[in-house]
Amino acid sequence: MFGFTIRRLINLIPTVFFISILSYFVIDLAPGNFLTKYEFDPTVDKEMLEIQAKEFGLDKPWYERYFIWAGNVVTQADFGFSFAWKQPVLNIFLERLPNTLLITLPVFILSWLLAIPIGIFSATHQYSAADNVFTFITFLSLSIPNFFFGLILMFIMVDWLNVSSVGGLFSQQFIGAPWFNQGGFNLAKFNDYLLHLWPPLVVISTATAAALMRFMRGTMLDIMNAQYIKTARAKGLIERRVIYKHAFRNAINPIISIFGQSLPTIVTAGLITSIIFNLPTVERLFFDALLNLDEYLAMTILLFFAMLLVLGNFIADLALAIVDPRIRYE
Amino acid sequence: MSKSTTSQRTDQGRPSLTQRQIIWRRFKRHRLGVIGTVIVLLLSLIAVFADFLSPYTYDSEHRTLAYAPPTPIHFFDENGASFRPFIYAYKQTRDLISNRVSFSEDTSTKYYLSFFAKGDPYRLLGLFDTDIHFFGVQTPKDSKAQLFLFGSDTFGRDLLSRILFGARVSMAIGPVSIVFSLFLGALFGGLSGFYGGWIDMIIQRIIEILQSFPALPLFLALSATLPSHWSSTAVFFGIVLIFSLIGWTGLARVLRGQILSLRESEYVLAAKAMGTKNLRIIFKHLLPNTLTTVIVTATLGIPGAIMGESALSFLGLGIRDPMTSWGLLLFDFLSSMMTNLRFHPWLMIPGLFIIVAVLAYNFMGDALRDAADPFSNN
Repeated sequence: MFGFTIRRLINLIPTVFFISILSYFVIDLAPGNFLTKYEFDPTVDKEMLEIQAKEFGLDKPWYERYFIWAGNVVTQADFGFSFAWKQPVLNIFLERLPNTLLITLPVFILSWLLAIPIGIFSATHQYSAADNVFTFITFLSLSIPNFFFGLILMFIMVDWLNVSSVGGLFSQQFIGAPWFNQGGFNLAKFNDYLLHLWPPLVVISTATAAALMRFMRGTMLDIMNAQYIKTARAKGLIERRVIYKHAFRNAINPIISIFGQSLPTIVTAGLITSIIFNLPTVERLFFDALLNLDEYLAMTILLFFAMLLVLGNFIADLALAIVDPRIRYE
Repeated sequence: MSKSTTSQRTDQGRPSLTQRQIIWRRFKRHRLGVIGTVIVLLLSLIAVFADFLSPYTYDSEHRTLAYAPPTPIHFFDENGASFRPFIYAYKQTRDLISNRVSFSEDTSTKYYLSFFAKGDPYRLLGLFDTDIHFFGVQTPKDSKAQLFLFGSDTFGRDLLSRILFGARVSMAIGPVSIVFSLFLGALFGGLSGFYGGWIDMIIQRIIEILQSFPALPLFLALSATLPSHWSSTAVFFGIVLIFSLIGWTGLARVLRGQILSLRESEYVLAAKAMGTKNLRIIFKHLLPNTLTTVIVTATLGIPGAIMGESALSFLGLGIRDPMTSWGLLLFDFLSSMMTNLRFHPWLMIPGLFIIVAVLAYNFMGDALRDAADPFSNN
């Protein structure tokens, strides 16, 4: 097992290398750079711009800059400097990461908790009224663009519920407040968080859960048609035992293998939702960095997004090797 | 040709069906799929005849009627039911404190709606100059009596007309980018599956790396590379290119798998044994047999492209003026979201069209997949 893990990790190295080159290349492809917008600004000194360009390394071709950057990443965990924020990229990134986790983790838990049972139920009650209702709901939520769903929620909150402040992750007074104060856990902050969490949670979870549920239903349906299910039934096993001991056990594998792929869906939905609900997440940071041509910040986050999938798949592989005795990892 | 029309007879004397007839029969039984297909066709027709069907051209401005709510249509006047539906002119009053303009109806004059009404001039199908619109009120451009069925935007442009015109981009982007993806996917998937070896390995690694990126952030990053001086047509094709640069990977994977299994089938071996050339085998034997799968995968990819375009345009990195799309119409909404949510909610209507189009394509694709699946039992 240990050897298997090490070998899979080593296999990741070329993938990560090419992903990072591609991230760098794509971000650098945008016309101009952070300093371009100052070129026609009469208040900015031309010489100053040239000096700054040198300082940021913007005068070198992209591949040269890539290798300098990659070298700094590997040797001193330095992901470059954000022009717009005047800070090292890593600082800003780490500052925003908790916000992303505060949204992503609940989304993850909620969508899996919803999708798996509903998927099994739909498959075992195929074409029943409940299954049709669930199928309709999933089709609908797969067909609503995340941003439009967000707008509709906003509309309901503003026009029907008369909520005065919409958006953000915390109210003004709680933004800097610590989670733990002298009275113990800061419940007021937690309540405030929950109040702000539910709209983005609903938007992102429906997007993620719908796809997951379709997948779960399809997998279970395939398995329910298998010979060994017929055998189990022919032996006279009670239906619950057939479903949970025989069918579900075999459905676990495909579920684990798409575990990694559900992360990008969350990122995509999270990006749009962060913009609509004005959430200070990493996704939002990426969007602003793109518009500002803040290269190093944008590409570090793009790399981070891609790494999520790579790592997700890696974890899924390990989990499969542990869970499924049929998979040999020698 | 004759083989598919004249049905062969089985032992029982019942005509046996060709593969295509079986698929068509199964497809027709999928009611939602048929409804979806009809809606897709309708929306495509709307896109083609947008300038005839819309009461105004998409850029026709009525600046004095900015943010007018949807015009109510009346069927009853003081004498009971009216033969022809009519509208009243807008009456605007400005609230002195909030400085908000509120709209009401000026019931002094009735303006009747008519079919084939004269309106803004345009060129039908790019061929005939005309000013006949399918329906409208024949009032002068500066009149306060205008027919805004879905309300108007910040320049007093009719939202319905803009939605119908937006259908052109929104309905075209899916099929067009799928065609590009298909080309790339067939090329690389075909090469990968047919030759195998190191070609296969390299192509598979490229696909793996491209698929590591979550779609929207990569689309956004690539879309930010389109120069700002490009015309909106160039931007449209730029976005198509971006979608297909990533979209081909899924198709290539599917095709590769198919070709890998078909490559070892008896009829391909037979063709090889008879000395058939590689290219002929690919085009005559392999590709036609993967056609169904390709069509199904392609159809299922279209909703993704529509959603992708709308998301890009909604964030301001997609289609640009003077072209318009359903996503771009919502981008205008985003610019002052809180005001729009409270006072101009009709500006959200374009989103409903996105949902309908995507839903219709999803149903159509699902029905196609079920129909084409040889193992499905219905």
